[in-house]
Amino acid sequence: MVNLTINGKQIAVEEHTTILEAARANGIHIPTLCYLKELNEVAACRICLVEIEGVDKLMASCNTECEEGMVVHTDTKSTRYARRINLELIFSQHKTDCLSCVRDGNCQLQEVAKELNMTRHIEEVDARPNRWKSSRILERDNSKCIQCFRCINVCDRVQGMNVWDLLGTGKNAKVGINPAKKHFLEICALCGQCITHCPTGALYVRDDTKKFYDAVEDPDMITVVQVAPAVRSAYGEAAGLPAELATEGRMAAAIKSLGVDYVFDTNFTADLTIMEEGSELLKKLGDKDAKLPMFTSCCPGWVRFIKIKYPELVGQLSSAKSPQQMFGAVTKSYFAEKNGVDPSKIFCISIMPCTAKKYECDVPEVQDVDAEGGIKDVDLVLTTRELTRLLRPVDIASLEEIPFDSPLGSGTGAAVIFGGTGGVMEAALRSAAFLVEGKNPDPAAFKKYDNPGQAWSEASYEVGGTTVRTAVASGLANADALIQSILKGKTDVDFVEIMACPGGCAGGGGQPIHDGLELAHDRGDILNALDESNAIRYSHENKEVAAMYEEYFGEPLSEKSHHLLHTDQTKWSL
Amino acid sequence: MSRQQILRDSSMEISMKDLHQIGIRGSNVAAAGNCPVSQCAAYARQCLAQSCGKCVPCRIGLARAAEMLERIEVGDGQESDIKELKDLLESIKISADCAIGSASAEAIFNSIEAIMDDIESHVKKGKCIASFKPIPCVAGCPAHVDIPGYIALAKEGRYEDAVRVIRYDNPFPAACALVCEHPCEHVCRRNIVDASVNIRGIKRAVVEGAGEVAPPECMPSTGKKIAVVGGGPSGLTTAYFLQLMGHQVDVFDKRSQLGGMMRYGIPRYRLPNEYLDADINAILKTGVVAKTDYAIDSEKFAKMKEEYDAIYLSIGAHAANTLGIEGENAENVLSAVALLRAMGDGNRPDFKGKKVAIIGGGNVAMDCTRTAMRLGAEKVTCVYRRRISDMTALPEEVEGAIAETCEVMPMMAPVRIETDEEGKVKALVVQPQIPGAYDRGRPKPVKADKPEVTLECDYVIAAIGQAIDSGDFAQAGVPTNRGKILAGFNTLIGDSGMIFSGGDCVDGPATIIRAIEAGKTAAANIDEALGFHHEIARDVEIPAPGVGILGKTGRIDLPEREAAERKSDFTLIEQNMTCQELKQECGRCLRCDHHGMGAVKGGRTSW
Repeated sequence: MVNLTINGKQIAVEEHTTILEAARANGIHIPTLCYLKELNEVAACRICLVEIEGVDKLMASCNTECEEGMVVHTDTKSTRYARRINLELIFSQHKTDCLSCVRDGNCQLQEVAKELNMTRHIEEVDARPNRWKSSRILERDNSKCIQCFRCINVCDRVQGMNVWDLLGTGKNAKVGINPAKKHFLEICALCGQCITHCPTGALYVRDDTKKFYDAVEDPDMITVVQVAPAVRSAYGEAAGLPAELATEGRMAAAIKSLGVDYVFDTNFTADLTIMEEGSELLKKLGDKDAKLPMFTSCCPGWVRFIKIKYPELVGQLSSAKSPQQMFGAVTKSYFAEKNGVDPSKIFCISIMPCTAKKYECDVPEVQDVDAEGGIKDVDLVLTTRELTRLLRPVDIASLEEIPFDSPLGSGTGAAVIFGGTGGVMEAALRSAAFLVEGKNPDPAAFKKYDNPGQAWSEASYEVGGTTVRTAVASGLANADALIQSILKGKTDVDFVEIMACPGGCAGGGGQPIHDGLELAHDRGDILNALDESNAIRYSHENKEVAAMYEEYFGEPLSEKSHHLLHTDQTKWSL
Repeated sequence: MSRQQILRDSSMEISMKDLHQIGIRGSNVAAAGNCPVSQCAAYARQCLAQSCGKCVPCRIGLARAAEMLERIEVGDGQESDIKELKDLLESIKISADCAIGSASAEAIFNSIEAIMDDIESHVKKGKCIASFKPIPCVAGCPAHVDIPGYIALAKEGRYEDAVRVIRYDNPFPAACALVCEHPCEHVCRRNIVDASVNIRGIKRAVVEGAGEVAPPECMPSTGKKIAVVGGGPSGLTTAYFLQLMGHQVDVFDKRSQLGGMMRYGIPRYRLPNEYLDADINAILKTGVVAKTDYAIDSEKFAKMKEEYDAIYLSIGAHAANTLGIEGENAENVLSAVALLRAMGDGNRPDFKGKKVAIIGGGNVAMDCTRTAMRLGAEKVTCVYRRRISDMTALPEEVEGAIAETCEVMPMMAPVRIETDEEGKVKALVVQPQIPGAYDRGRPKPVKADKPEVTLECDYVIAAIGQAIDSGDFAQAGVPTNRGKILAGFNTLIGDSGMIFSGGDCVDGPATIIRAIEAGKTAAANIDEALGFHHEIARDVEIPAPGVGILGKTGRIDLPEREAAERKSDFTLIEQNMTCQELKQECGRCLRCDHHGMGAVKGGRTSW
């Protein structure tokens, strides 16, 4: 232990504790801006400065370790003076169009400015030029970038993609894409983790809320909404709704209140995915020539990653489409036929915790209903954050809960856990075990993927006399480590689930942002609770899915399902 | 009323001199990877600040040049600006009234010519192609040794760990502690504060403090066999790293002992055998097999190609350049290579009571000069055809020689060697020179209107550079140019597949640390070419920097033994730091691995 004094308070901390963490643990607040614990301790903003007796410079508390006998002061004339000047310098280059900024009210720069009582008027803002060529999904506004390095570090260290870099030196230094690298869309997984870790509005997702209203306001259009599992674990956060009020039923009611015709559930096609992907897995396990492991394919960030980094492995992705795309295909075929509606009159909207889904819905190779007729399977993807913006005028707490619409609105407990890491694997194994053994396994039998501190988790299960070896990873740097291990022959598995975002979709790049907090785990707990409270916990027991097979697809991996529910991943362009 | 006054610098002038000094020291540090256009623009501004403002080209032209450079710097330049800028500078150069305008314009012109790729990238793409080096010393060290890391360990007295850290990148901690040219210190960020950290001095203390440190365990055997031809710093470095990676390396050397120029070029008073042997023994402990007194001719080379999976040629530059003057074949005319090679094997010529003349101005010339003095010569004179300040020898080597009562005669070009009846050297005749116009960065010597000078002497030692004896390999098909083996920056020889080469035999005579760089590069690329991707484990935990970095504090230089005593023996001249000195000097390290960009990229992000 190390003994030190902060603001006159004697404290003792573990060795290698930073001054900032020591202060926080002892109820002493030090303002921070660029800091993210264990991820971005770079001391660039110089806001968390503290005075240490006997040291002639102010030190950054975020990356200076406590030393025995140290006497620290966190709020002195010098620290206040330096913090204020440094914040003014940051403001002098930050475009302050806060009123219309997507991060207004949820901006760490704004928080620090409030905290430091920044009242001084900045006369002329030297907002640096914005040379960003729009990727049409992930956008960047250099005039709001404070060069905190968070995007660089989250992309390098958590996602292992190394997209962002600090280019140039001195006053010309700015965040951008390394010039030696290719075009942005050829190197980025579009996971959006840089956005959810950005302290300001410098990084953001293309806003499609106007297109949503255009569709809703079009009297000729039937608007059909699907909501991804992870959205329900987070949609209430922005409105400050406690988890017990932010229910699935209220979410359905809130979305309905926006004027859409149907509110369905992506859980329905998550169950459908399990039927297709699970059958595909069993088929491959029985085929000596099949290349294993088979990788899940429901996460478009992961699909982009494997195409960017390991194109030779793309053929091992499950050919099953993601639940989002299955939903689009089913809506405009099965649902349209069943209701005698022209699919071109259906506008299919999906609410996703994800940024890469905006890319996925536009991939030309995935439009299977009637591409020649100009029909997109999914027309529009909104992130959870866009949904929460649409819901701002709605008093959600006062709404009566309503069920999802039928028939595409039912989902099992197995489907809802798609939203967290390990969930797809678990759901697939529950049904695979049933398909092989003819009886349901214990639904809690496949919960071995919570392995904190490890890049990935492995587990083996006996299914019908054969051992199925599985691995699960979330976060692309972890995925990379797992793939390296597989390629080197150190890890030998049959089935691998990968989610691009740490913690899975619950921690997705389209989810609500809470500076300095990683909520994937808490949201995952909500999803697990929904699974446990669901009367049906096996995808094969989803009655409406079963009915659809009977009426329309026949059986998993049928010709029709190949046409509408599967895709050739190798053909997808980046 | 006084008619005149004694003028003293005002405090303003003194502070401006200080500022310029800091500027000069600082720009050495910043040169490592900062935007060159930005630096040119800043220099143009500085030149403008020197302008008196009288003449048009300087007053307006330099300002305009600065503005154009600034525009290019931020990415707002047009392609037409480049030509316009060059024309402008050319015009200032030829039309300014004094050197403030013309010399500034010339310097900026030459710089922008040299950085044209970067300027074009700024203009066309709005991007700088320079890449910032987060830790200047690590970037400045050709082997990229983790210098802040081992200094932090030295500060805590963890000398053995410090040696382990050095060995991640350089298997010659002891030899480099004594004789590395320390390019790291030149770019040390501490130069901005006061003076660079004495990095080599700290390494010396580390090596002395650690004693024998076993090398790390080798990785599992790969079954691959690699031959290294030449057991100098480059070859042994390759051998060390490849052996650690699990390959089996055999090192072949012509001479009876390993070490190459470290043994057969550097005198023992700079690098005693026990230090060199400590490094070599650690390398051999990894399992490297050394085959000494084993010359490789074209026939053996052909066989070697069949027997080994890869070959690294590191034969060094052990042939002597010739003087090309009358009498050079006389008895008692020696080459530096021959003298130092004999010394390396302990065959000391007797110069007792003799007069010895050395020709040359590099470090090898100084080695010969100081060796001759130690061999008992009555008088040692080093003649050089340029000025002392033009010598490529380190200033401390020249000063050391002079302190040891060697004579250094600059501006003297050798003309002929006179012999006695027996054909032995009698005198060296030299022609005084004057420094002429600049040619390739230094003034060219020109014959002075002065008569020849005859230096009576018994021995002449020519230290005028080394050549590469690569004939046998050229014969066997290895591509060469004027003796230099032609290998790429990846050390691979053309389309040879598995033959690599590096060190002096590729670059020409250079430094030990450059040879180590080549060896390290070759080891990685050979490993990769054999289908592996081994990485040397870096498992020593580096202490956090803490808040104890010293403010302005003097640099501690290593003391040397008294000149009068040391000049007659071959015992190590340089002495070690005390613990007190070491602690203080380590406290001067600014820990660029933690502060500045070191905390973000290329630095250490956790402890």
